[in-house]
Amino acid sequence: MNAIKQIRRNDQPIYLDYQATTPMDPRVLEAMMPYFTYKFGNPHSRSHSYGWEAEEGVEKARGQVAKLIGADDKEVIFTSGATESNNLAIRGVAEFYKDRKNHIVTTVTEHKCVLDTCRHLEQNGFEVTYLPVQKNGLIDLDQLRAAITDKTVVVSIMAVNNEIGVIQPLEEIGKICREKKTFFHTDAAQAAGKIPLDVEAMNIDLMSISGHKIYGPKGIGALYVRRKPRVRLVPLIVGGGQERGFRSGTLPTPLCVGLGEAAEICLNEMGDEATRLKKLQERMLKGLNAKLTDLVINGDLEHRIPGNLNISFAYVEGESLMMGIKNLSVSSGSACTSASLEPSYVLRALGVEEEMAHTSLRIGLGRFTTEHEVDTAVDELTRHVTKLREMSPLWEMAQEGIDIKSIEWAAH
Amino acid sequence: MSAVSTYLDHNATSPLRPAAFDAMVEALKATGNPSSVHRAGRAARARVDAARRQVAALVGAMPSEIVFTSGGTEANNLAITGTGCMRVLASAVEHDSVVKAAPDAEIIPVDGEGVIDLAALERMLASSKAPTLVSVMFANNETGVLQPIADVVRLARVTGALVHCDAVQGTGKAPVDLHGLGVDYLGISAHKFGGPTGVGAFVVRGNAPFVTDRRGGGQESNRRAGTENVAGIAGFGAAAEAARAGLDVDHFRERLEAALLAIAPDVRVFGAGTKRLGNTSCISMPDVKAETQVMALDLAGVCVSAGAACSSGKVTRSAVLAAMGVSPAVADTAVRISCGWNTESEDIDRLIGAWRDLYIRVHSSDIKSQARAA
Repeated sequence: MNAIKQIRRNDQPIYLDYQATTPMDPRVLEAMMPYFTYKFGNPHSRSHSYGWEAEEGVEKARGQVAKLIGADDKEVIFTSGATESNNLAIRGVAEFYKDRKNHIVTTVTEHKCVLDTCRHLEQNGFEVTYLPVQKNGLIDLDQLRAAITDKTVVVSIMAVNNEIGVIQPLEEIGKICREKKTFFHTDAAQAAGKIPLDVEAMNIDLMSISGHKIYGPKGIGALYVRRKPRVRLVPLIVGGGQERGFRSGTLPTPLCVGLGEAAEICLNEMGDEATRLKKLQERMLKGLNAKLTDLVINGDLEHRIPGNLNISFAYVEGESLMMGIKNLSVSSGSACTSASLEPSYVLRALGVEEEMAHTSLRIGLGRFTTEHEVDTAVDELTRHVTKLREMSPLWEMAQEGIDIKSIEWAAH
Repeated sequence: MSAVSTYLDHNATSPLRPAAFDAMVEALKATGNPSSVHRAGRAARARVDAARRQVAALVGAMPSEIVFTSGGTEANNLAITGTGCMRVLASAVEHDSVVKAAPDAEIIPVDGEGVIDLAALERMLASSKAPTLVSVMFANNETGVLQPIADVVRLARVTGALVHCDAVQGTGKAPVDLHGLGVDYLGISAHKFGGPTGVGAFVVRGNAPFVTDRRGGGQESNRRAGTENVAGIAGFGAAAEAARAGLDVDHFRERLEAALLAIAPDVRVFGAGTKRLGNTSCISMPDVKAETQVMALDLAGVCVSAGAACSSGKVTRSAVLAAMGVSPAVADTAVRISCGWNTESEDIDRLIGAWRDLYIRVHSSDIKSQARAA
């Protein structure tokens, strides 16, 4: 760890967007290297040692991923990423069981690729229940229980939210799904490697994993598919029949190896890393609260991964703030939709008002974040928020005790 | 693994070109999600955009016509599922990424050389008014046989059918040009010509219809969701750039085929009577099972394959050779030898030597057993 603390060049901005993507751990890159060069074979080639060697790399990686989530090797399928995993899991089971079941339960704060897949299934005759979330971002288990019917084929609820970092009660959800005899899929792109996951204890039937969110490479992910009792899927990508027919296409050996290595490092270091990140998270909050008022933390702070903060800086426009803090790489929401200026649907789902949603930043801390970087970020944020507030008439009015909501705005 | 190894299985996968390796390592060391608006994100986006221009240039397309995918299989799948055509006409020698995606496809037959029957295609096109997609590969993965794509396009235009061309095996080995060929869709893969595994592209001509079924964050102009495989794409771009110089391996193939024919006159080279990719030979050693040949050659340090690498390692008889009317007994003796960007003259020498040794060994033991029997 010590040798790799400094991954950033001094002229680069401080990277605080670990939910968008993570830098690769140099140990992961090292593990991948031979598979880019002399171990370049096609893992499906059975006729020569290049193929066998590549296959060995892939199978070791499969085992490493399986171990991270308490699964059997055979239950792990490699995909091109969590988006594909989510598409495959939800569409795959929905289509396989469509003759018997036609209902899906998910939540309003899922990642876009889950919501879009569900919307598409709705157009094709499925019914989807979008569970609301509470103010803290967590679902209400009674509402879940009430939503499941005997027609429910799958409940898809993310493990950790990508914008606010809250952890859903997976074990309880799994228990309910098992009782109600429906499959439980969880998008664990933001959770795997960050919090302990156990597909047995949590009764998870399908789980999506991403490589680049856990210090591995982009372009690789995995889908856990339970074998006992067996979950069946219609594949999304067909062809050569690789991955036991669930997912065709030549496996990218170096990427699989990278995901495996990343998973193993996470498994080994998860506890220490969480402790360290918790300290950094607290340090950042303490630092900001010491100098700024009117901060709102979006989402539950307790049931949350330590590497995430989502803060509304009241009276400050998020985009302007981001323009100011050029030395910090943060985001105003999820990366996928960050180019659009719409307020985050996740924050809206928590009941955050549009004005406040517009003032929010997602700050992601991770393996290579240092205390010094946190302190610098606190200073920069404080400086720019203060400056922007000084220029804001709304802030001025608020300081004078005027309730902003009571103002009736005249049209020009 | 033996110290000296000759790799002649480039149609399965090709080693990474140095330029691609360098581009990837640089990208892997950087961070940033191309959709993020901050500096790290913009740098990642710039890498993706640069690679898009490089890949577009290799296949004569506009950058906006390139949709990056996880590989050739996904690209070919998208063509079949995303064009909205109810009816698919596919050649009898297509790759499984087309065959399995279009289980109801009507099959365009091929002749003994593996070339599609254009007259049959013309009849099939005229027989129905349903929106039709014709899927014919650029070059076959097992035999290297080239298809008359320009003729396919000409026929398809008459009835308004759309044309998809699986160019996974042709790209980077022979000139593949989207607009030159006139096709609507191309499927291409990086790792078949020295780019990385795990990345490919679906090339969609101009306004050709395409509705994606990969849903999510709206990447690739809403045509293929999922965080871009930045390093893979960068490697793809660099390999494409390098591949534009062309692949000059025809002389290797000519030499090796001539040599094997000289050793055993009853050797059969599939598709020899028609145009093939310069890098691929599909050759039968009479009466010797392909698996035996492959193992013997591997022991001699030469990597070749018995047909395609896919099929999860299952050894099944080649559907391609069957479609060409090759008998099962002969098809079982066919081995694929495929050269690539780093093949050298010595590799061909080693293959010829190992092949000759095996042939003589089998042949002489045949003579001995015949002598014993007599």
